[in-house]
Amino acid sequence: MKLKGHDVEEEEELFSFSKRGVGKSSLVHLLCQNQVLGNPSWTVGCSVDVRVHDYKEGTPEEKTYYIEFWDVGGSVGSASSVKSTRAVFYNSVNGIILVHDLTNKKSSQNLYRWSLEALNRDLVPTGVLVTNGDYDREQFADNQIPLLVIGTKLDQIHETKRHEVLTRTAFLAEDFNAEEINLDCTNPRYLAAGSSNAVKLSRFFDKVIEKRYFLRDGNQIPGFPDRKRFGGGTLKSLHYD
Amino acid sequence: MSFLIDSSIMITSQIFFFGFGWLFFMRQLFKDYEVRQYVVQVIFSVTFAFSCTMFELIIFEILGVLNSSSRYFHWKMNLCVILLILVFMVPFYIGYFIVSNIRLLHKQRLLFSCLLWLTFMYFFWKLGDPFPILSPKHGILSIEQLISRVGVIGVTLMALLSGFGAVNCPYTYLSYFLRNVTDTDIVALERRLLQTMDMIISKKKRMAMTRRTMFQKGEVHNKPSGFWGMIKSVTTSAPGSENLTLIQQEVDALEELSRQLFLETADLYATKERIEYSKTFKGKYFNFLGYFFSIYCVWKIFMATINIVFDRVGKTDPVTRGIEITVNYLGIQFDMLAMQLPLRCFSALNQAQGITAASHSEAIQEEKKVSSCDSDEGEVLVPTHFLHSGWNNHCHVYQRTADHSYQVLLCHIQQ
Repeated sequence: MKLKGHDVEEEEELFSFSKRGVGKSSLVHLLCQNQVLGNPSWTVGCSVDVRVHDYKEGTPEEKTYYIEFWDVGGSVGSASSVKSTRAVFYNSVNGIILVHDLTNKKSSQNLYRWSLEALNRDLVPTGVLVTNGDYDREQFADNQIPLLVIGTKLDQIHETKRHEVLTRTAFLAEDFNAEEINLDCTNPRYLAAGSSNAVKLSRFFDKVIEKRYFLRDGNQIPGFPDRKRFGGGTLKSLHYD
Repeated sequence: MSFLIDSSIMITSQIFFFGFGWLFFMRQLFKDYEVRQYVVQVIFSVTFAFSCTMFELIIFEILGVLNSSSRYFHWKMNLCVILLILVFMVPFYIGYFIVSNIRLLHKQRLLFSCLLWLTFMYFFWKLGDPFPILSPKHGILSIEQLISRVGVIGVTLMALLSGFGAVNCPYTYLSYFLRNVTDTDIVALERRLLQTMDMIISKKKRMAMTRRTMFQKGEVHNKPSGFWGMIKSVTTSAPGSENLTLIQQEVDALEELSRQLFLETADLYATKERIEYSKTFKGKYFNFLGYFFSIYCVWKIFMATINIVFDRVGKTDPVTRGIEITVNYLGIQFDMLAMQLPLRCFSALNQAQGITAASHSEAIQEEKKVSSCDSDEGEVLVPTHFLHSGWNNHCHVYQRTADHSYQVLLCHIQQ
C-alpha cells in the first residue's frame, strides 16, 4: 500500500501477552496516546491502537513509522475455541510485549505459556506442543522476535516489598532474554521523554523495526535525505487478557 | 473411653477435609491469582470441613458406626459451628471485603460492614415469616429458628441448581441443537474479522498522524474540562479535532463490529468442537443421557403443574415409586445397607427438585408437616428426608430423646 509516493506502509506486529485484568489496555492507551485511560473495561476480542514512532530519533537516518498494538482478549487457560480464534491474529508477528501484574505472582508464571502459544503459532492450536508447559530455554534461544517484559501496577506494591518483587521480575526478564520495564499505567511520568523507561521502549521499537525491515532485505536501507520521511510500519501488539 | 476414640476419629476426618478444602481452594479456585487475605481461605476450608463432617455423621448414623451419644454430641457441636459460620462470620466478612473495595468508605469500613451485616440479619429474619416456624416452646434465638431459615435458603438454592443442570445438560449435549459448521464458514468469518481490524488500523493511523501534526503545530488538544470547558468546546473547535471526533466515532462503531465478529468466530469454533465430540463414544453416551433427562424434565414439569392446579401434595418421586414397584411386586430382595445410601441421596435430590417445581403453597404444606413432627416429649428424629414410607418396612428408624427440644428441620414424614 503506498500513500503519496513517500509513504510506504507495511505491517509490523507487536504482541502483548498477559492475563486478565493486568492492565494491557491502559498500557496501550498510555503508549499510543500519552494519556491515562479513564475507564478501562474488559477487552473482548481484539482491540488495536497505533503509535507513531521515530526510528533512530536524532540521527540523520530518522524515519517515522506506525506501530500497531494488537490487544487480544482471553486468558491462557481459556477454551480451545477461543484459542483457535486468537490464532487468527498471530500472523506476521514482529515483536512481543509480555505484560504481567507486579502484585500477582501467578501472572508472571503464565507468561511462559503465553509466549509458547505465540511462538508456536504455526502448529495447529489443538495440536501437541513441543514442551509440556515447563519453561524451556531452548525455545527462546533461537527466537528472532524481540521481546519486552512490562510489569504493571507498580504503585500498588508497598515500599518494603519492592526490592524483592523487582529482583524476581529481573530474573524473569533474563529468562526471556528481554528488556524489562516496571511502571504504573495510571501515571504518565513513568514514560516521560528522557526517562530510562522511555529510552528502553524506543530501543525496543527500533529493534523491532530493524528486524522487520532491514534484516529481511538482507542489507541496510541507505539513509534518506529527508528527515521527516514517513515510513509505514504497523506493529500489532496482541494483548492477552 | 469410647467417646475419646470416636472424637479422635471425627477430628482426624475433620482435619482431612480441612486440608482437602485448602488444597482445592489453592489449586482450583485461585489457580491464577495470588491469595492476599488468608482469612478467606481459612473460612472456606472450615465451612467445607464442617459440611463434610455433617454428611459423614449422617452416614455413620445410617450405618450404625460409633457410639450413639458421642455421635449426638458431635452432631450438636457441628450444627452450632456451622450456624455460627453461615449466619455470623461469612456475611460479615463478605460485607467487610465489599466495603473495603469502595474508596469512599475505606476509613470506617468496620462500621459499615457491621451495618451491612445488620441489614442482612433483618432480611434473614424476615425470610421466616411465611413459614410457621415460630412456636411458643422455642425461644427467639434458638437453633431451630436459624436452621429453619438456613434450610429454606439451602433447599431452594439446591433445587434451583439441579433444575438448571437438568435443563442445561440436554441443551449442551443433544446433537439435535447442533447446527452444521464447515471450515469455509470459519475461514470466511475470520477474513471479515481481519478486514475489519485493518479498517480500524488505517483510521487509527490517520488519527495518530493528525494528532502528531496538531501537536507539532502547537495546537494543544485540550480535553474540555469542567462546565465552561464543555460550553466552549460546543462553540469553538479546531478543524483538526473535529476531524478526530468524527474518525473516533467511526472507529468506535468498527470496534463494536470487530468484537461481535470475534465472538461469532469463537462460537463457530466451539460448535465445531462439539460436533467432533458428539461423534465420539462419550459424546454418544451423553447424547443418550440428554434425551433421557429431557423426557424426565418434561415429566417433572408436567407433574408439578398438575400438583399446582389440583392443589395436591407430591407424595413420592418417580425414582422411589419405581423402586417400590420393583420391590413389592417383583419380590426382589436386595441388600438394604448397600442400596440405601445412593438411592436415598438420589431421592433426596428428587425431593429437592420436586420442592422447587412445586408451588409456594406446597412448600408451606411440607413445612407444616415438618413442624408437626415435633412431638410433645421433644423427640429428635435424626435421619433426614431420606426416609420414605415405602422403605419403612425395610429400614430402621432411629429415635433419640433429647434433654433440649431441638428439632432437626431435616426430618420429613410422609403419610
